[in-house]
Amino acid sequence: MSKNSGIIRILIAKVGLDGHDRGVKVVARALRDAGMDVIYTGLHRTPEEVVRAAIQEDVDIIGVSILSGAHMTVFPRILELLKESEAEDIIVTGGGVIPDDEVDDLKKLGVKEVMLQDTPPQNIIDSMQRLVTERGPR
Amino acid sequence: MINEKQALDNMAREQLEQKLEKWEQDELAKFLKRQPERKDEFATFGNIPVKRVYTALDVAETPLEDIGLPGQYPFTRGPYPTMYRGRNWTMRQIAGFGTGEDTNKRFKYLIAQGQTGISTDFDMPTLMGYDSDHPMSTGEVGREGVAVDTLADMEALYADIDLENISVSMTINPSAWIMLAMYYALGQKRGYDPHKLSGTVQADILKEYMAQKEWIYPIRPSVRIVRDCITFCAENMRRFNPINISGYHVSEAGSSPLQEIAFTMANTIAYVEEVTKAGMDVDDFAPRLAFFFVCQRDFFEEIAKFRAARRVYAKIMKERFGAKKPESMRLRFHCQTAAATLTKPQYKVNVIRTALQALSAVLGGAQSLHTNGMDEAFAIPTEEAMKIALRTQQVIAEESNVTQVIDPVGGSYFVENLTTEFEKKIFEILDEIDEKGGTIKLIEEGWFQRQIADFAYETATKKASGEYPLIGVNRFEEKDEVFDVELHPHDETTTKRQIDGLNKVREDRDSAKVDKLLKELVEVAKDDSKNIMPITVELVKAGASMGDIVETLKELWGTYRETPVF
Repeated sequence: MSKNSGIIRILIAKVGLDGHDRGVKVVARALRDAGMDVIYTGLHRTPEEVVRAAIQEDVDIIGVSILSGAHMTVFPRILELLKESEAEDIIVTGGGVIPDDEVDDLKKLGVKEVMLQDTPPQNIIDSMQRLVTERGPR
Repeated sequence: MINEKQALDNMAREQLEQKLEKWEQDELAKFLKRQPERKDEFATFGNIPVKRVYTALDVAETPLEDIGLPGQYPFTRGPYPTMYRGRNWTMRQIAGFGTGEDTNKRFKYLIAQGQTGISTDFDMPTLMGYDSDHPMSTGEVGREGVAVDTLADMEALYADIDLENISVSMTINPSAWIMLAMYYALGQKRGYDPHKLSGTVQADILKEYMAQKEWIYPIRPSVRIVRDCITFCAENMRRFNPINISGYHVSEAGSSPLQEIAFTMANTIAYVEEVTKAGMDVDDFAPRLAFFFVCQRDFFEEIAKFRAARRVYAKIMKERFGAKKPESMRLRFHCQTAAATLTKPQYKVNVIRTALQALSAVLGGAQSLHTNGMDEAFAIPTEEAMKIALRTQQVIAEESNVTQVIDPVGGSYFVENLTTEFEKKIFEILDEIDEKGGTIKLIEEGWFQRQIADFAYETATKKASGEYPLIGVNRFEEKDEVFDVELHPHDETTTKRQIDGLNKVREDRDSAKVDKLLKELVEVAKDDSKNIMPITVELVKAGASMGDIVETLKELWGTYRETPVF
């Protein structure tokens, strides 16, 4: 929650080279319609750019969409950069085409929620609210 | 003055109207009282309202010559006079992963299984013009497709395949011209007659800015590259399709079927204008323009969509661009089943979805077809999944007899009505695009992108609410489903093998020569009246990598950055 308003701030990001942005735009719009502050990075961002933007924008959550298969490279890098920047209170979530066993791997690494194809928008909104509540105020 | 025939027609029409009215009052009203229908209103997937039943009244407005005959203007009923009675469509399953050697093995497997054309899927770095050792390529080499950095990779990719006798399609866009140059160079190296090489590079950059989002340079120089591919092929590779103008990705990004065709035609108009502006006669290149559409979930809507696309294209080429040759007005298309309709839950049901979609493509008169693998909601498909997908096409082609009669749904009151409805609405959208300043301006303003995002959002909402039924997802779910799917394995040695190969080419080449050619490339690129293809052919032959060429031109042209809309 941003320090003053109580409104959840979320950075939605596309990392890597894949341009599949259909899902990410649906998610961004659903979260915005649910009253959250949504910042969408656009396509082809590096983990460095995403983490920098997340810190500058003082977001509660990063949501990374990836459908290229490079998730096991991208998520660990984002988590590592957040740690280096002492910004581990920013919650990392993700979505895309990710095999189930790798969803488990990502969760073990510290990705809090992984939302796959056809997850109803309401479930995503609920997850974001729950994660911020669980984390507590900053 | 009404002549005798028209008087008869009017009489028949009145009689039919009376009959319909009477049927509604008697049979229908009574029945509805007892048993109401499932919904108040029915509509296609693309939100076009549909009636309970169609009669001759619903095709009365469609001139007979608009329906016409196969192989004849406006080609509503098919581009050729014999269609599948002469030859079945090309069964063209796409494949690509790992290195050129890896994918070459899959091609040979598919050919052994009866596939009749080759279709190549490249990895993200290749699609975006990065070498495999570029930092942006990390984790993506050989993942979503095959990695190609240099001509040596392409040689491995198509090794031992007779390219004069099988057509090769390449799904590649902003870096397509380099791939086309490599293919031409490969043909020269093997001693083929370049005019005998047949195949396609997708090279449809405008739909990238709209939908698939693979780009390198700003729009203007990118369209110039497309122009150069088209004129190069017209002069040097007469049987090769230099572009595959694609609605598929527009649909997969979330558009409606109507938008898919309308936006594709808007792009077509932009390309034809660009090439004719450069001084080439429309009839010299239009016969080699090829198209690529999706077959979506609404069976009859898709058939009508394909028929309307042919009619609209014919009219545009004849009336707007003054084409004279029938081949310039004849739309030929490749079709792929809709990947976005595939589900993870109960994934074997995807075979049935794909079969129905494939049937709509065949009834709609497709020239080539890719059927998706049932496991593609998980990862790129396994060999087994691709075999079943290919068998699906073979069952339609060999067992069902649907190939015996051309355009068998032609004359259906419903399909003819929907075809004309599509045609009308497509032209309305094209008029709107013209009025608002044309395709390129509207891409820059995000107009197409917003329309696509809107329909995608609507579809997602309907899926979530269950209004849009999806078996296994919001109907007939199995809560404790255990996925027993075996996935395509990713070979962790791919990146290293690929980069080793690239480094070897760099060591073996004459670097001074490559540098000199790169300088020439910049000079050619600066002069809009020159064609970029010949110098690119020289470069790939000299061992230049895709990254060498792409990065050099980034310094001249810059890169494209989208202002995203959602």
